[in-house]
Amino acid sequence: MPEKIIDSFNVRRLDILDEKGDADMALMPSMSEAYIRRMYELIVLSRTFDQFALNLQREGRLGTYPSILGQEASQIGSAFAIEKTDWIFPSFREMGVYITMGHPMEMLFQYWSGDERGICLPDDLNIFPLCIPVGTQLPHAAGAAMAAKYRKHRIAVIAYFGDGGTSKGDFHEAFNMAGVFKLPVVFMCQNNQWAISVPRDKQTASKTLAQKAYAYGFEGVQVDGNDIFAVYKATAEALKKARDGGGPTFIECFTYRMSDHTTADDAARYRTKEEVEAWRPKDPLLRLKLFMEKNRLWTEKYQKDVEEEAKTAVSGAVKLAESIAPPGPQDMFAYTYETLTLRQKHQAEDL
Amino acid sequence: MALLNMVQAINMALREEMERDDSVVILGEDVGQDGGVFRITEGLLEKFGPERIVDTPLAESGIVGAAIGMAVYGLKPVAEIQFMGFIYPAIDQIFSHAARIRCRSRGRFTCPMVIRTPYGAGIKAPELHSESTEALFCHMPGIKVVVPSTPYNAKGLLISSIRDPDPVIFLESTRLYRLIKEDVPEGDYAVELGKARIVREGDDITVVAWGSMLHRAIQAAEGFNAEVIDLMTLSPFDEETIYKSVKKTGRVVIVQEAPKTCGFGAELSASIAEHAILYLKAPVIRVAGYDAVMPLPKLEDYYVPNAQRIQKAFNEVMKY
Repeated sequence: MPEKIIDSFNVRRLDILDEKGDADMALMPSMSEAYIRRMYELIVLSRTFDQFALNLQREGRLGTYPSILGQEASQIGSAFAIEKTDWIFPSFREMGVYITMGHPMEMLFQYWSGDERGICLPDDLNIFPLCIPVGTQLPHAAGAAMAAKYRKHRIAVIAYFGDGGTSKGDFHEAFNMAGVFKLPVVFMCQNNQWAISVPRDKQTASKTLAQKAYAYGFEGVQVDGNDIFAVYKATAEALKKARDGGGPTFIECFTYRMSDHTTADDAARYRTKEEVEAWRPKDPLLRLKLFMEKNRLWTEKYQKDVEEEAKTAVSGAVKLAESIAPPGPQDMFAYTYETLTLRQKHQAEDL
Repeated sequence: MALLNMVQAINMALREEMERDDSVVILGEDVGQDGGVFRITEGLLEKFGPERIVDTPLAESGIVGAAIGMAVYGLKPVAEIQFMGFIYPAIDQIFSHAARIRCRSRGRFTCPMVIRTPYGAGIKAPELHSESTEALFCHMPGIKVVVPSTPYNAKGLLISSIRDPDPVIFLESTRLYRLIKEDVPEGDYAVELGKARIVREGDDITVVAWGSMLHRAIQAAEGFNAEVIDLMTLSPFDEETIYKSVKKTGRVVIVQEAPKTCGFGAELSASIAEHAILYLKAPVIRVAGYDAVMPLPKLEDYYVPNAQRIQKAFNEVMKY
């Protein structure tokens, strides 16, 4: 009996906007000028937030903070495609998603300064509290998608994670369930090439991360994660497919973590300056700016206004966050159970 | 009213609660077509369909993680982990998420779910099918731990656990599944969580036990003037009932199937010392499994506390 090929797969890669700011108009998603401007303004705003956060941390006014520098297109582009009724399961590096979805910035500062109340979500958002243990939020996304399917809600669930997360068992268990039950979920991986100090090729021998989806019976696609149009288009299509009952999709956003892992890290210990510099021309902000300039959507004055507005908004948020009185010590007990246990009541009296 | 064993009582609780509340769903390995390896979910797939009785892939962390996602979304999942020895891959999900979602979201999200799992020795099963590691879960704030000892209480406690707004680990003794039958009424009744019950009143010794060890304790109490307390909920446990009894008897024997060191008996013993030491006439004695890996069935009977070992402890405290 001759051996046969019984299965094969091809991995799509989507690029729309190149480093010079030229877009492939055949692939370009339809969006208004106002929409493109809004995307750009959110990149500037998120980057300003990020820069303020790093500075505040250095001054001892914020705790450990994970920078999103370089990943803004992956975060804002994908978040633009999310409906308010969809559910989001973030990792811990999704400030661009939070800001795009409208989580108040002062609350994000409040959270990263060590006040848990900052992550208490506005009622109209369905964002799960950010997830510190890597990859463990993926089964939650599968479960929420199962619940939505059972309730016949026409919504999608999106889970964010990084290249390191693909090595976790929960990645496998969640992907497997999503495939088996054909769940309305989008797995959004920001492959930023580094899991703290471990590079992508030491994380997995797989040529791409996207191809892993095929083993679970659904599509995986790689997109240029610094190209906001490609990220938006791939996410919008995957979310629509999920809402329409077409099942899960895995999106690998090929991007780069320009900053240290967190403020507690020093990336110079494990990667070269040359590598980081090579990514600088691929900057998501720069290329959208070039595109807008070529399409007469950008002027020096516009840039100045956008930057001014972002600085005003972020410094206002910092001021607000720092004016919030710290929680009372009793607060640590308040949300353990719906009601305090007898023992907790006694312990709370100690404080 | 029908005479039911614990398997039937738990099945009845699940069926009735699912009829009353369409947000209750069951997920786990072999819970559908097979009705679960102990037949706890028998007949439920036919009645409620595959969207509510979900046969999952073989993935404990995924099962608990998915149940968390369901609970946060607004359902009341009852996840089955096939044996307690297989719950360890899911501990990350239980400790890192189920226990703290209410806290981390400042009450915006809650996790009303039950994780049912068979525990303990007594059915001549392979390795890791006889674990009794309830204390692990009692150590984690944010979850509750419930261990029924009779069919009637199993039904009422499971109904309360499903209705509870917080995650509950519900431990079912494999040895008790078909050992005892008692009258279990049809219909809605709940046994309150966090409350112990006095099974047998007495004046000389307070005996605290839960799950399968309760029956060994009752057996051992023959001929002694012992007050036997069935703890039923380990976390949060009913401190009042215990201290009241201890203050009356002045002698305490705690019986647990789990290894002695850092078992739940240690918590009870320390709590009694803190709250009632001046009433004690004798040292508190724990009769427990040994600090050894749970042996396979040939040595199981040496490991698990029996009436003789418990009576030895009774005689010891009665010397004072």
